[in-house]
Amino acid sequence: MEANALHDLTAAYALDALDSEDARAYEAHLARCERCREELAELSDTAGALAYGTEAPMPPPELRARILQEAGRERLNVVPLRPRWVKPVAAIAAVAACTAIGLGIWAATLSSKLDRSESQLARQERVAQIVGQPGSRTISFARGTLVVAPNGEAALVLRNLAPAGNDRTYEAWIAAEGAPEPAGLFEGGGAVAIPLDRPVPKGATVMVTKEPAGGRKSPSSQPFVIVRNAAQS
Amino acid sequence: MSETPRPVVRSFAHLSDEAVVALLARSDESALAELYDRFGRVAYGLALRILRDDKLAEDAVQEGFLTAWRNADRFMPERGKASTWLLTLVHRRAVDLVRREDRRRAEPLSETVEPEASGSAEDDAWLRFERERVQSALKQLPDQQREALELAYYGGFSQTELAERLGQPVGTIKSRMFTGLARLRELLAEPGNGEAAWKPTPYTT
Repeated sequence: MEANALHDLTAAYALDALDSEDARAYEAHLARCERCREELAELSDTAGALAYGTEAPMPPPELRARILQEAGRERLNVVPLRPRWVKPVAAIAAVAACTAIGLGIWAATLSSKLDRSESQLARQERVAQIVGQPGSRTISFARGTLVVAPNGEAALVLRNLAPAGNDRTYEAWIAAEGAPEPAGLFEGGGAVAIPLDRPVPKGATVMVTKEPAGGRKSPSSQPFVIVRNAAQS
Repeated sequence: MSETPRPVVRSFAHLSDEAVVALLARSDESALAELYDRFGRVAYGLALRILRDDKLAEDAVQEGFLTAWRNADRFMPERGKASTWLLTLVHRRAVDLVRREDRRRAEPLSETVEPEASGSAEDDAWLRFERERVQSALKQLPDQQREALELAYYGGFSQTELAERLGQPVGTIKSRMFTGLARLRELLAEPGNGEAAWKPTPYTT
């Protein structure tokens, strides 16, 4: 189709009134034609306004839950499940798991750490197991993600965590009903993924503070991460 | 809907739609929930108007939102508003379904009965205001332009189908859609959008 004829399709495209063949031709043209891109942006916003021109009854409440459930399932199902990983595979699986939950950044960091210590590898393997469990839920917050398996086992993933500093460490806490209980020590890094030392019950809060090296029995500073394992809706 | 809190750990109220889509691109499920709370009702109303079937409308909304979820990183703000992007995904899905099912009716799209209000009073009031604004702008278009826009957008007819149905060359339909949409854009941009602001313009086909 000639370029002029394609220009003329902008309104029809904005209204989704093209047959699929014409739509594809127009999209290919769009990549090359700045004028059409600008015009389409304007006309699309106008076409979008037509969505408001009709009655808007409430959708059934289950629809919202279904969409969120399906979105969560799609994200976690990308993770291949294996009964047992050998060590290098564990790290790769952890990479796959974290890419699947939208943390490609961690994958990049982790891949350079394949030669890290046994304990680190064991940690990554734990994280991958928790993330890969069917029914695991992810709770995103500003600095990262909390992943909670159905049995309460949980992993915490944090981005861009500055080094804790000399003689300092980061410490995770879980507060269920009483005082916060220690749930693991860790270092900073571009991306940090740690399994928590104790299960996270429904309604409990996970926190992170900076503490003296070796950790403490109860937090001595204000937590900079506070994330609640809210009951599933 | 159950009253149990969902795992949202920060408030989105201050975020623009575009900012929420940026969080969506980071696979943030609470951003998806927020987008649904902002646009789920409008999207469902639109899909229902096109498909005239509850279940199919739900499918279209679900598929539209999940497409957004999978492809949020492809959203380009310079190509239109985030709300447009999302509603387009739902619209496209509904149009695909209606073309496949061929559920379209021949009669002009009549106004349905006012649904009983069941959302929050603010939502109801705002949606009614928007609906009246858009409908009043549509009514100011010449009949043939309005017809082309309504049949295409709410009816899911392609320009080729419209040309056959209305017995006009495709070029005429294209031109009615373009002129109608461009005029609608002006009308919606006018403050107040009252009758007084409108000057009759001769239309060509």
